[in-house]
Amino acid sequence: MTGKPLLEVENLKVRFHLRTGTVEAVRGLSFTLGRERLGIVGESGSGKSQTGRAILGLTPPPGEVRADRLVFDGTDLLTAPRRTLRALRGGRMTMVMQDPKFSLNPVMTIGEQIVEAYRAHRKAGRAEARDKAFAMLEAVKMRNPARVFSLYPHEVSGGMGQRAMIAMMLVTDPDLLIADEPTSALDVTVQMEVLRILDELVGARGMGLIFISHDLKLVSSFCDRVLVMYAGRVVEEMSAGALARARHPYTQGLMRCLPTLAADVRPLPTLLRDPTWAG
Amino acid sequence: MISSQTTMKGSMLQIADLDVVFGTGRMRVDAVKGVSFAVAPGESFGLVGESGSGKSTILRAVCGLAPVAAGRIAVDGAAVTNPRSQTFYRTVQMVFQDPYGSLHPRHTVDQILAEPLAIHGLGNTEERIVATLKDVGLGPSFRFRYPHQLSGGQRQRVAIARALILEPKILLLDEPTSALDASVQAEVLNLLDRLRRERGLTYVLVSHDLAVVAYLCERLLVMRHGETVEETTAAALRAGTVASDYARTLIAASRGFSRGEPVAQPAGIAAQ
Ligand SMILES: Nc1ncnc2c1ncn2[C@@H]1O[C@H](COP(=O)(O)OP(=O)(O)OP(=O)(O)O)[C@@H](O)[C@H]1O
Ligand SMILES: Nc1ncnc2c1ncn2[C@@H]1O[C@H](COP(=O)(O)OP(=O)(O)OP(=O)(O)O)[C@@H](O)[C@H]1O
Ligand SMILES: [Mg+2]
Ligand SMILES: [Mg+2]
Repeated sequence: MTGKPLLEVENLKVRFHLRTGTVEAVRGLSFTLGRERLGIVGESGSGKSQTGRAILGLTPPPGEVRADRLVFDGTDLLTAPRRTLRALRGGRMTMVMQDPKFSLNPVMTIGEQIVEAYRAHRKAGRAEARDKAFAMLEAVKMRNPARVFSLYPHEVSGGMGQRAMIAMMLVTDPDLLIADEPTSALDVTVQMEVLRILDELVGARGMGLIFISHDLKLVSSFCDRVLVMYAGRVVEEMSAGALARARHPYTQGLMRCLPTLAADVRPLPTLLRDPTWAG
Repeated sequence: MISSQTTMKGSMLQIADLDVVFGTGRMRVDAVKGVSFAVAPGESFGLVGESGSGKSTILRAVCGLAPVAAGRIAVDGAAVTNPRSQTFYRTVQMVFQDPYGSLHPRHTVDQILAEPLAIHGLGNTEERIVATLKDVGLGPSFRFRYPHQLSGGQRQRVAIARALILEPKILLLDEPTSALDASVQAEVLNLLDRLRRERGLTYVLVSHDLAVVAYLCERLLVMRHGETVEETTAAALRAGTVASDYARTLIAASRGFSRGEPVAQPAGIAAQ
């Protein structure tokens, strides 16, 4: 990592007070991000999405966010005025949601949403914004960008919805992109094409990328570093290439659970979760 | 082994020459073009292929949720009726690709699971709900949460539980494990594999993860642009002896990301 970090997170906590008790979604998470690809893997419900949302200020009510430090490129996100935050979030920092089709506006066409996202953060006329939106839809390998431009979210396939959301989140040229399972609905060849775009943005433009995924093979081949989360905390951090040699029993167990084309193991090994992992 | 030419008799699900068309004029898209396949009782059949190639549309067409322009759909030897009957939904259940959209936002997990039981007059509601949630790895503390209070993978498991709770004969599964981490995925795959053996269930599984398809299915259809590229077997996937260039490309690309040259694409695949 070179220079000062793009994002600093120290002791992040996210809580939900429900009638039935308090859910501690994130319990003291710390990490820094440079202009690199940081993978976050971890168990379903371990707090990956809520971490991303908290950074972007998208924690749903009545969620409560606390942190000792939350700094993006020199701006303290905990104390910055609303106007500053509004300008940053959605512009220089964006997030591809895990449920893209339901994070998109259901009554607005895909194209109009990308145009609007662009114009909210860039001084641009409609024509320029339209061109830009078209170019983005092409870049994410839509077969027929003109048709997709005029479709509503419920009219696109799962993978097209994901790519539409990626297009919308990249159109503002963000410095930080949090991508929550961005390619889980894509076939492997389209997935590779989309990853190549993200890869270039990190490599050539110096974007910082937080890549949340349950696909261990993908994370180990695509990311630079990985955080492994369990029950709201980081239990292990390592370089992505070293994922296969992970030390924590949770991470080791995860690797063994994967079905493979090479061997037909039946039933698949599962994890015996040790309560001490939750710490 | 059953081939697509099998007559309706003997198949649990048969689809013949299915066409699905959305929109008209400039916006027309032929989402499914002349697709045929048959699935024997107790068999599990996979659909894989390009994003937007019509996989979800085929499953939705079986449930009467897509504009079928031509073709025949038969369940257990009988052509389906329009609209689908009560018995159809006892026999066929679907896990949708977008669990968020298919779960009622203002119903708790408990209500979501109790509703199908009430509609079909099944008793032991309480026991069934707790047992089914346990099957998908969710403790009883999740019963009174709303969908928006769950993580992505927890929501997906509620959607699977809702389909399983009616004990249907045919399960249509659209990317059922794509939001699950490896450990929960393994549990759900083992559960589906076991249920199939114990209850003789029939599955149609859509997944972009070839290893998941090979684990759960005997045969599969490879699709691109609304059309069948080839029908092949899990054994051929594992051995790499598929017939088409496209299927070979899929197998190659599933080995992980590589910063080298893009995987060579057979002519016509590169998006226009
Ligand atoms: N609005 C909410 N109210 C209460 N609890 C919530 C809410 N949103 C999330 N949670 C809980 O917070 C925990 C962390 O959720 P999060 O969505 O961050 O998980 P995740 O790691 O992204 O999981 P997945 O891989 O399944 O998407 C989960 O146990 C979830 O049930
Ligand atoms: N309601 C609709 N109105 C218009 N077009 C639709 C509608 N539903 C689906 N389509 C179109 O049908 C085509 C096939 O979509 P489908 O959802 O079946 O793809 P898929 O193979 O499941 O893709 P993915 O793997 O990305 O989920 C797409 O071009 C999509 O835009
Ligand atoms: Mg999540
Ligand atoms: Mg689909």
